[in-house]
Amino acid sequence: MNNKILEFSSISKKVFMALAGLFLIVFLLVHLTINLFLLLGDGGKLFTASAHFMSTNPVIKIFEVFLFGGFILHIIIGILLTLKNWASRPVGYNQSNKSKTAFFSKYMIWTGLIVFTFLAIHMMNFYFVKLGLVQPPDGVGKHEFYQMTILLFSNKVYSSIYIVLLIILGFHLNHAFKAAFQTLGLNHNKYNCTIGFLGTAYSIIVAGGFIIIPIYFMFFF
Amino acid sequence: MNLTLKIWRQPSVDKKGKFETYQINDISADCSFLEMLDQLNEKLINDSNGPVDFTKCPVSFDHDCREGICGMCGLYINGRPHGPDSGITTCQLHMRKFKDGDTIVVEPWRSKAFPIIRDLVVDRGALDKIIQAGGYVSVNTGGIPDANSIPISKRNSDLAMDAASCIGCGACVASCANASAMLFVSAKVSQLALLPQGKIEAKERVQSMVKEMDSLGFGNCSNTYGCEAECPKEISKSNIARLNREFIGAKVCYENEVTRAAGGA
Ligand code: FES
Repeated sequence: MNNKILEFSSISKKVFMALAGLFLIVFLLVHLTINLFLLLGDGGKLFTASAHFMSTNPVIKIFEVFLFGGFILHIIIGILLTLKNWASRPVGYNQSNKSKTAFFSKYMIWTGLIVFTFLAIHMMNFYFVKLGLVQPPDGVGKHEFYQMTILLFSNKVYSSIYIVLLIILGFHLNHAFKAAFQTLGLNHNKYNCTIGFLGTAYSIIVAGGFIIIPIYFMFFF
Repeated sequence: MNLTLKIWRQPSVDKKGKFETYQINDISADCSFLEMLDQLNEKLINDSNGPVDFTKCPVSFDHDCREGICGMCGLYINGRPHGPDSGITTCQLHMRKFKDGDTIVVEPWRSKAFPIIRDLVVDRGALDKIIQAGGYVSVNTGGIPDANSIPISKRNSDLAMDAASCIGCGACVASCANASAMLFVSAKVSQLALLPQGKIEAKERVQSMVKEMDSLGFGNCSNTYGCEAECPKEISKSNIARLNREFIGAKVCYENEVTRAAGGA
């Protein structure tokens, strides 16, 4: 393999993966905050204003490049690491492992791939519409995100799938948050408990926060 | 007690293996797991007359000290390295941990880096190769320094001793979902990095040991922590974080080759 990236050591790859992951973790919080504006009942004014700001502000534009880079890096390294991991035990055990482990850590590639599928659908529904690559729904302008959101969430099937996928994202984040600190070498008796608590709280708040929105539109709108 | 044993039998590294079932009776709850296997082997020897199929030959398994200090005796028993107890090696496992009528499945460590030599015996030479890549302090000849001339804090000496209790049994690799050797490497890096004598070569050591680990076919750590749960010496995963710190520090701040620009001659 001549590719330098593939020659990176296991720890270097993991460090890049963790850094990209932490960046995505921060991004999700920003995204959630804007989405929660949908619940204000102001006819989507603040939501639309924020969406407009996010898609036009030049500083945000620069961040957008990093964001895509972060996603791509996180996904590619994740796949590379997993392929190596699978190759490291060509013959498996007859008895499934009963060691006490961090449960979700074993399924990160699967929760990750499911989240990725969701991300692709999500991009089709919003981001590519904004870019003009995908037609918006009938009667909705390509920048009318509020209308698009209401249309999508009033569809019960879409909303239910959305909720399930966000629960899976929550599981992914729950392990990811704590693991990123360990990978970066930040493990200390003084703050391990805090990191653990923050990781759990973060994953519940993010998954829960996003889930409230379709529930609101399905039942209370 | 009477037990059913399902044991992995494989004549050699390049031959196919399979599980073979054996019945063994009247096992005392006080005997150790390896003693139980000794009794099985004795039975197999006594029962055989003339040349037999390899599944009727005694079962090969590794062992040496039989008191938990050499790290030879790794067996994957009922889905757990070193069996259904914590903080012990297979030789320290007692049959009282099982019940009469139990079926016990015994497998060798499974990892690309640990080829099976025969039955339950694997070649853990890969761990030695990692040590050879840097898990030592280069000692030059000279007089013996005074014992108290190098101050070492109690904290560091305790942490280094804990890391040094690793016996290289390979249970961390065996239990890891990714067959990663990170707990082993982290213990071997930590025991030296924590002490002044080891600090001198720490930056080069961590890089070359990790490089060797990667090249031998071990997987990547995904922070699953099965290693810590099964380590007979209860080595902490905080050593893995230390290894990561040491490695990141070495990669970011250390110049492996001293160039003119770095101030070298
Ligand atoms: S035989 Fe030495 S540790 Fe078990």
